[in-house]
Amino acid sequence: MRDKKISFNNLEKFLYQPSVFMILTGAALAVLLIVPWLGLNSYLMNIVVKVAIYITLALGLNILVGYTGLVSLGQAGFVAVGAYATTILTKVYGWNFFTSLIVCVVLAAAVGIVIGLPSLRLTGTYLSIITLGFGEIIRTVIIVWEPLTNGPMGIRGIPRPALGGITFTMANSGMYYLSLLLMLLVMLFCRTLVRSKTGRALRAVKGDETAAVMMGINVTYYKVLAFVLAAVISALAGSLYSTQLGYIDQNTFTFDMSTIILSIVILGGMGTLRGMVIGSIILILLPELSRSLTDYRFVIYGLILILMMRFRPQGILGWKSRLPYPIRKTVIERISGPQNQTADDGETNHA
Amino acid sequence: MLLQQIMNGVTIGMTYALIAVGYSLVFGILRLVNFSHGSVYAFGANSILFLISLNIGIIPAILIGILLTGILGVLIDKTALEPLRKKSAEGITSLITTIGVSSVITNLLIARLGSQKKAFPALFPTGEIIVGSIKFTYTQIGMLVISLALLICLLLIVERTKIGLAMRASEQNITAAKLMGINVNFVISFTFFLGGMSAAIAGTLVSSYYNMAYPNMGYTAGLKAFAAAVLGGIGSLPGSLLGGLVVGISESFAATVLGSEFRDSMAFIILICVLIIRPNGFLGKKSIKKV
Repeated sequence: MRDKKISFNNLEKFLYQPSVFMILTGAALAVLLIVPWLGLNSYLMNIVVKVAIYITLALGLNILVGYTGLVSLGQAGFVAVGAYATTILTKVYGWNFFTSLIVCVVLAAAVGIVIGLPSLRLTGTYLSIITLGFGEIIRTVIIVWEPLTNGPMGIRGIPRPALGGITFTMANSGMYYLSLLLMLLVMLFCRTLVRSKTGRALRAVKGDETAAVMMGINVTYYKVLAFVLAAVISALAGSLYSTQLGYIDQNTFTFDMSTIILSIVILGGMGTLRGMVIGSIILILLPELSRSLTDYRFVIYGLILILMMRFRPQGILGWKSRLPYPIRKTVIERISGPQNQTADDGETNHA
Repeated sequence: MLLQQIMNGVTIGMTYALIAVGYSLVFGILRLVNFSHGSVYAFGANSILFLISLNIGIIPAILIGILLTGILGVLIDKTALEPLRKKSAEGITSLITTIGVSSVITNLLIARLGSQKKAFPALFPTGEIIVGSIKFTYTQIGMLVISLALLICLLLIVERTKIGLAMRASEQNITAAKLMGINVNFVISFTFFLGGMSAAIAGTLVSSYYNMAYPNMGYTAGLKAFAAAVLGGIGSLPGSLLGGLVVGISESFAATVLGSEFRDSMAFIILICVLIIRPNGFLGKKSIKKV
């Protein structure tokens, strides 16, 4: 057992060596770039795009669940905000898809703040319930605000994104590259975030809120920030998702969607980036490929949640990393610098 | 008209209270929101409908269905939640487990019975009593009487019996209760049994009120009942009743005043306001977090 752990540790160390990591990332990127030339039919390409979008969604939720320890059950609400904002701006007002994204980000951030504010007073389960309620309220808003959202009829014929005369469609793989780009950008952002001061603060909040307060971390600020980031990422993914679907109504963004996103995060491994990829691939790809299981698809999701919680709550690819925490040299210098100085001072005083 | 709306709200609110009891009892002991409770409620109604279709008579079918649902509650606890307690896992793992259980039960029901709405037989004779301007149908009166009787029964069980004493002891301090020789796992299973049974009864009443049952019925009803439990103060039985009535009445008003689209989100709007202003609900005790 012990040997196994040590060899695993070595493997992890090997994989995360800068050179090996670069080569692996490069190889993965190369594979991702040539996917459209693999001759997959349009049905499969649609699923691949869906997987990329769900990876993005999972990365967004992961900031909340994985790093800050806030369980959101209303991610579908954020997705709906992004999807409807973009759809209405592009279809009704004729905006460009990419310009509408700016509005979408601003709107999602505002919604994120509103949903994050209850976290001032509520923790744990109660907060999860608020997010759940929010998801449902968004659906009601969609139904009721008929002049804008076309109510229960939904919006049809959502235009594909276009830039400088090029339309990004499934046929010319534009949609694929667009979703890939968004996924990679979000991944890069999350990686940077986790290793930044903000990321450390978020993880401190997850670890022990009281201790975090004692360390002088503005817990409220970081919680609301986590909500805003998750909302913006989900909304961006939602914008793209709506153009891929071409049709949205209030039933696109149900609690089931929130459950799927949460399942991905948990199956893959909360608080890891690699986990989101493997989680999405398993939960989105497998049920689509085995059509005979469609009836039992959500039964399987449920079983996955139960079994994972019972036997491997950290997720498939979740493990306690034994690598040293990557603190930047400047930070180390800043921390250790004054300490040495005081030690020196002490000595001189004694002398 | 106003009184009639209140009356309709009270009728449906009582059934929310019955479901809310299940959330409340479990939360009191385990500090866990049992997300699978809505699906247990749906299972109750659908299994009873299925049993009725087997032609074993309505009353036996209902009784067997209620018992089965109670056993389902115990089964959920024994298979999914007890192992987690043994590992003393974090609260979030249990929460996610119950979401998983809910997904499994609801979708098994859909896969076996189909997701379409099916007609549910009326349990009470048709007819009505008119008092002043309010119309009481026999169904409404029956629902009110049964729900109220059941709630009083539950209150008596919790307040007056030995197992009720054990439940209250476990609620206060689970470790101390264990040290006093209380079989806490049995108490918890019993709580799930009670919750399952009352959910099944609520399911039957609601299904016969609306004349239909379907596998997905547990989702909104469960959420509203949960809202009711939190509103009244989760962990308190009178709170469940009060919360259920508030949700039922406000829903009934929202449907007539604002439009039927607002019916389903009314519970959440009230819930969010209450949670932000008074996180422990109307009748809930204030919890003090010790460092």
